[in-house]
Amino acid sequence: MLKISNVYKTFNKGTINEKRALNGIDLVLKDGDFVTVIGGNGAGKSTMLNMIAGVYPIDAGKITIDDMLFTKDGEENKIEVNISRMPEHSRAKYLGRVFQDPMKGTAAGMEIQENLALAYRRGRSRGLKWGVTKDEKEFYHEKLKSLGLGLEDRMTSKVGLLSGGQRQALTLLMATLQQPRLLMLDEHTAALDPKTARTVLELTEKIIDENHLTALMVTHNMKDAIRLGNRLIMMHEGKIIYDISGEEKKSLRVSDLLAKFEEVSGAEFANDRMMLA
Amino acid sequence: MSAFLVQMQGAVSQGILWGIMVLGVYITYKVLDIADLTVDGSFALGGCVCALLVVEKGFNPFLASMLALLAGALAGLVTGALHTAFDIPAILAGILTQLGLWSINLRVMGKSNTPFLKVDTLVTQLSDLTGLSNGWAGLAVGAVVAVVIILLLYWFFGTELGSAMRATGNNEDMIRALGCNTRITKIIALALSNGLVGLSGSLVAQQQKYADIGMGTGAIVIGLAAIVIGDVLMGRAVSFWAKLISAVVGSIVYFVIRALVLRIGLDANDMKLFSAIFVALALCIPVAMSKWRLHKAYSEDGGKL
Repeated sequence: MLKISNVYKTFNKGTINEKRALNGIDLVLKDGDFVTVIGGNGAGKSTMLNMIAGVYPIDAGKITIDDMLFTKDGEENKIEVNISRMPEHSRAKYLGRVFQDPMKGTAAGMEIQENLALAYRRGRSRGLKWGVTKDEKEFYHEKLKSLGLGLEDRMTSKVGLLSGGQRQALTLLMATLQQPRLLMLDEHTAALDPKTARTVLELTEKIIDENHLTALMVTHNMKDAIRLGNRLIMMHEGKIIYDISGEEKKSLRVSDLLAKFEEVSGAEFANDRMMLA
Repeated sequence: MSAFLVQMQGAVSQGILWGIMVLGVYITYKVLDIADLTVDGSFALGGCVCALLVVEKGFNPFLASMLALLAGALAGLVTGALHTAFDIPAILAGILTQLGLWSINLRVMGKSNTPFLKVDTLVTQLSDLTGLSNGWAGLAVGAVVAVVIILLLYWFFGTELGSAMRATGNNEDMIRALGCNTRITKIIALALSNGLVGLSGSLVAQQQKYADIGMGTGAIVIGLAAIVIGDVLMGRAVSFWAKLISAVVGSIVYFVIRALVLRIGLDANDMKLFSAIFVALALCIPVAMSKWRLHKAYSEDGGKL
């Protein structure tokens, strides 16, 4: 599905602030994998997601993603696309993204339905056809209803009027409105209060499950990281130091993760936002 | 008509014709959230191109106006390329284009001032056709063009591309993550904006019957002043229609105030200072007021809470 091989990234090369953010990352995701990502401060979790998205260019290595193309006979044909050096906006057709900051994923000055319409056209060319059609509005109404937040009655409200949790739920819907090959969630509940965070997380599970999505979710909550998904990876100093899946993952406990971290890295788990309990 | 009314009529028609430039400034300043200083150059470029084509080459004034629009769009394209492809800050990119345009404009006209004597302009053509006086004809030309442009802009910003452009000004990272090349939307917006500015320059030249190398000086400040006035007058209206109309209304009010101030006896050369102070105040007052409110709200013992 997604293949990351030997990816390196150093920020501010040759200056006093030089920081090797990714130090030879190798990762292969299978179709339908739901991977949770944990790690200390500056471990490279967000950087890895940003490299996949193409926010910054990588220094070395290769990232490929499987794309489905239809042949002339209408058969599905899987091809591997090298996205290592593809500009961010061109990769966007494969990727759905939700950021930590609820302000980042939506356009505050535009209506809810306009935001959805922008997301609905992810990966398509934008021409001089009308921006939000009537049929779409009904479709968005249904989709918003499924969030259960009452947003379907406020489709012409400006997004800036919504709360952080509502905006994050909307961003999640927008990221999956066009089925992405890979959904990337970068601590998307970290800025929300605990109750809202739970709601958004439940929605996340539901959407991933219903659409059979492949997902990468960075989280600072170890319990969530263990409970959700079929696979867990731990990062440290720009490397993946632990990768566990299946039955083994299900039986994990937080203490196991901490012990594993100390064993592999030789340091204590340091993340001021990490929730251990 | 009394001299006063004639003067006011002139101010209103100037206001409408300059209002088309203000619509251009609105696209960059309000939709894209960029202060684009190309405007001073592209406005004069529109006037100079129109003068060259109509006076020297004997072009049809409508065709000349369309070519002035294209010339303005080209200037916007240069600023857009500098800004997006080479990451030059938008303000600096605009200044560079504006500076270069001064020489280009002089080359285009071949001299610093061209009078439109004994040639057809859109204004004289309409006046011949309908029997209106030149004053009313100028006003009618402006009104028709302004209405057409507002309709077109309203339509455009409702399309997929127009929506993506609004989103670029609103949250660039987000729309890029949704697969839109924001460099392209910015370049198109700058070209569109400066195209309108060029068109406005050509119409103003036709109405005032001359094009001058310095006619664009301070145009951006007039544009900002008109937008601020429009905001104050129609700030409560939130629809996109109202915002576009408020830009033109703001421009008319600006030129009426200008005519009144000149009538009182202010030197025309002092108008630029007047405009600069006006815009500076309009930008400063909201900030000063919010700082003052914060300052006043403080109390050591929290007694006012």
